[in-house]
Amino acid sequence: MSLRSRLNIVIVQALVISLMVALLGRLFYLQVASGLKYQNAALSIQSRDVVTPAVRGAITDSSGIPLVMDRPGMVISVDRSVLDKLPDSGKSVISKVALLVGLKPDDVFISTRLCGELPIGQRAGCWKGTRFQPIPITRTATQAQALKVLENSDRYPGIDAKPVPVRSYPSLAGENGSHVLGYVGSVTELDLANPDKHYYRDELIGKSGLEYEYDKYLRGTAGIKTVIVDRKEAVTQQAQNTAPKSGFNLVTNLDARLQAATEKALATSVRRSKSMGYHADGGAAIVMDVKTGKVLALASYPTYDPNIWQTGLTQAQAKDLFSDSAGVPALIRPIQGMYAPASTFKSISVVAAAAAGYNLNASYDCPASVQIGNRVFNNFEVKSLGRVSLQKAIAVSCDTIWYQIAYDQWVKDGGLRPKSGLHDYFFTAAKGFGIGKSTGIDLPGEASGRLPDRGWKQRYYDQNKNYLCNYSTRAKKSDLTPYLIAIAKENCVDGYMLRAGDAVNFSIGQGDTLITPIQMAQVYSTIANGGTIYKPEIARAIVKPDGTVVKEFKTEVTGTAPLTPEVTAFLHKSLRSVATEGTAAGVFAGFPIHVAGKTGTAQDLGRNKNGSSKDDTSWFASFAPVEAPQYAVVMMVSQGGFGASVSAVGVHDIYAALYGVSGSTIDPKKAIFPDGIPSQLPKIDVKNAKLAKP
Amino acid sequence: MRSRQFKSRSHRRNHFFENFSQWDRLLNFSVGALSILGTLLVWAATKSWFANQGLDPQYYLKRHVINLAIGIALAYGTTLIDYRLLRAYTPIVWGLAVLGLVAVLIPHIGSTINGARAWIALPGGFNIQPAELAKIGIIVGISMILAEKRDSDANPNDLDVLKALAIAAIPIVLILIQPDLGTVVIISAAVVAIIATSGAPTRWVVGLLLVAVVGGLVAVKAGVVSDYQVKRLQSFVDPTADPQMSGYQLRQSRITIGSGGIIGKGLFSGPQTNGRFVPEQQTDFIFTVAGEELGFLGCGFILLCFGLFFARAFTIAKRTNDLFGRLVCVGVIAWFAFQTFENIGMTMGLVPMTGVPLPFMSYGGSSMFANMIAVGLLQNVHLRAR
Repeated sequence: MSLRSRLNIVIVQALVISLMVALLGRLFYLQVASGLKYQNAALSIQSRDVVTPAVRGAITDSSGIPLVMDRPGMVISVDRSVLDKLPDSGKSVISKVALLVGLKPDDVFISTRLCGELPIGQRAGCWKGTRFQPIPITRTATQAQALKVLENSDRYPGIDAKPVPVRSYPSLAGENGSHVLGYVGSVTELDLANPDKHYYRDELIGKSGLEYEYDKYLRGTAGIKTVIVDRKEAVTQQAQNTAPKSGFNLVTNLDARLQAATEKALATSVRRSKSMGYHADGGAAIVMDVKTGKVLALASYPTYDPNIWQTGLTQAQAKDLFSDSAGVPALIRPIQGMYAPASTFKSISVVAAAAAGYNLNASYDCPASVQIGNRVFNNFEVKSLGRVSLQKAIAVSCDTIWYQIAYDQWVKDGGLRPKSGLHDYFFTAAKGFGIGKSTGIDLPGEASGRLPDRGWKQRYYDQNKNYLCNYSTRAKKSDLTPYLIAIAKENCVDGYMLRAGDAVNFSIGQGDTLITPIQMAQVYSTIANGGTIYKPEIARAIVKPDGTVVKEFKTEVTGTAPLTPEVTAFLHKSLRSVATEGTAAGVFAGFPIHVAGKTGTAQDLGRNKNGSSKDDTSWFASFAPVEAPQYAVVMMVSQGGFGASVSAVGVHDIYAALYGVSGSTIDPKKAIFPDGIPSQLPKIDVKNAKLAKP
Repeated sequence: MRSRQFKSRSHRRNHFFENFSQWDRLLNFSVGALSILGTLLVWAATKSWFANQGLDPQYYLKRHVINLAIGIALAYGTTLIDYRLLRAYTPIVWGLAVLGLVAVLIPHIGSTINGARAWIALPGGFNIQPAELAKIGIIVGISMILAEKRDSDANPNDLDVLKALAIAAIPIVLILIQPDLGTVVIISAAVVAIIATSGAPTRWVVGLLLVAVVGGLVAVKAGVVSDYQVKRLQSFVDPTADPQMSGYQLRQSRITIGSGGIIGKGLFSGPQTNGRFVPEQQTDFIFTVAGEELGFLGCGFILLCFGLFFARAFTIAKRTNDLFGRLVCVGVIAWFAFQTFENIGMTMGLVPMTGVPLPFMSYGGSSMFANMIAVGLLQNVHLRAR
């Protein structure tokens, strides 16, 4: 053997050894160094959790009437991983099954697309989960439809049907409740990624309203069967099996009949406003117990049929929920809509004036207008009244008295050169009632409104300085009117300052002040009870299916308003005179329940989509009976016109239902709470619940 | 007559045992251990799945045992005639291999499995792979040419090397057309190893290595490498690139091996294997079954057996005074070493995916027969070493 040959054989040998060593090293890395990681990966490949959703708890009213409950349903779902492999990507199968269950093929096609598969702007109703989970197209299929799918699996490949519980809305009193109840939907990737929540892929979870807020009680515990599967997803072994545990029932402070009456009164008011020629694009109505903060009814307009989430949302329905032309029905106006409070705010101005030392029983000038600087501020609802008592000024809603007081106080605080030790009586009073702060109601997504005090003005200016100072180049063409340009120019110079106009506007609830209807209900409850601020509470208790009480929600005091007994008494007297001799006297003439309240007609300087200027916001905020206040009732109709002729009438109807009033007589048998607001928890039997006779 | 018949039969038997007892025992041990383990793993890879599908759980086991028996007979047969006399048959083996390689490219004769047109389907569900036969033809063929004039100690000259390359080139090109890149790499490695060991000028060895590297790059660039091979390469670089196909396979394969841990899940008890998450696990991905069910200890033993096999083969190669025998041994070593590395490396994500089986262990007749004939050649050289 030649030397070269011998050497080369050694080289080959070394090469072979190094190959084998490389394999051994890699083997060590995979099996010993990262063995655990791969064992976990393997487990997640092999094991499947078959989730049996628990029966979701019912939500009932305070007397045990179910507002929403589970009933047996039949889900028909689509398996995209099968459909996508068909020659036409399953289009024909989707058409067939859509026709079978009475849906439009186009709707089903969209509802089985992942959102990312659709162009932006056409995603309404898209599927928010993954391609690999069954996509439900309806939960309310009939037995016959399900059988057809299951028995003809060759004609319906990738389509499955199985019994599931579905949310149902018995609507025993004709109530809708869609906003306050909210809805449930499939778990999304985002939900699954949330480390605080332990969801399973096939579960339905609360998405809004009470369903969201109390989801952890309502949902129950899904049953989990862990199975070991092979590559074809055939089950080879069962690893774990736990039975589902039913969710708990939620008893609320709502009353089904009152909710129905409130919704009806609100809808009627909106319709009346429309017939008067206003846009009336939405509204809210709330009934609250002034002694506890319990929310007895909460209505939002426009509303929608809550069953659409179960029957299979059509594209049109999905779009409508958020469309401007339909009035954005998904918006929960009582807690999410923000509006200028207008004259309803004068109750707070009374508190501010009293704090500033004004004699509430004295008389003041109510001219037709007041000139402040170079601007003239007019009375809105009345002309000149001469010298009137403050009580009368409240009753007829004189603005100029407040302009004068607010201006005087603004001057005392230093005007454009604020002194140290500012009093800011108006802001202080508003803050004392919680304006600009969310109420903490047990519903998700509450807005906080806006208190436009000096701090807010500064922050707002800092954020918008650039825009305001370059208004003519930055603003939309349609906003380039000489007036708006002039305002922007002015704001560019000293927009951070609280000007006289701001102070004056604030005193009558105009300008930049915004409040939600639930805040309004809280303010008037506080005035009614003499100063205790309660957190508005919808939930009453969490009760197990066997009746055991898991949790009772206690009344929560979140603050005390700066009300003295004298100011309270004055407010009760003045607000009562609104309904006897003031702006709402016509509405409440002869009404046997002594309602105290305040109308509000708020200017909205914004514009509608079609360019028309917005109509006024109609408010009526009230409590009754004035002798021993029990309920606060608030109604708001956005772009509804006058407070008295629209909202006050609606509030009147709600009180009529609440007390069983027809004409000018009370029929206690027809009252909703003849024995007062229920304090005992009801026995819950959702299947056999019957309405108490009103 | 009767006694003579008896005598001749017993003589034959004695001859067999005499012959067998002289075989290299450690080589036999390594091949035997790998074959037995391979048989068990093929069974484990298919038993549970076939049973679940309502098929015969021993389907693959039976066929594998038959293949193994034929393989052993071929190995034995290969040792009977002095390998130097076997040279006479080399042109026939080579010619048959080339014919087979041409045949697979003809539609209706060759069948395509996993992107490579490498099989000839026979009745009864058997497929033969001429490329396996070609390995033997090439190794013996070029060894013959390079060792031809080896009475003197003169090294092969350029002409000899060129002749050898020509013999290798024809089947290699045919296999490239299939395309079966994995086998091309293995044969090329064997060819380079043989040329290097033959004492041919070093420039040839260096040059061939350069050609291999440059050729590989050009092939990828120029698109000679087919789409499915590019995919396999991509999925090697990024296993999520093609999650349904080759990337899936590689990921599953790696997870399956890794999940075996140190001691494994036990034979027949691997959930990944029984769920058949790794496609083709009784053939090219047999090592994943070992990984999951036998763990690091079992796989380490398998690597040890391969190591022992190579050690013995090198010993045989060095001990023989006959250059032809040595070249055949080195060719067989390079073949098995590269094939083992490609196959196991692929299952562990160390090298890109190729479609080569694991010697002695994967299910598959052609490969088994070729492997066993190669073992026979090694033993033949061992038996006739002086």
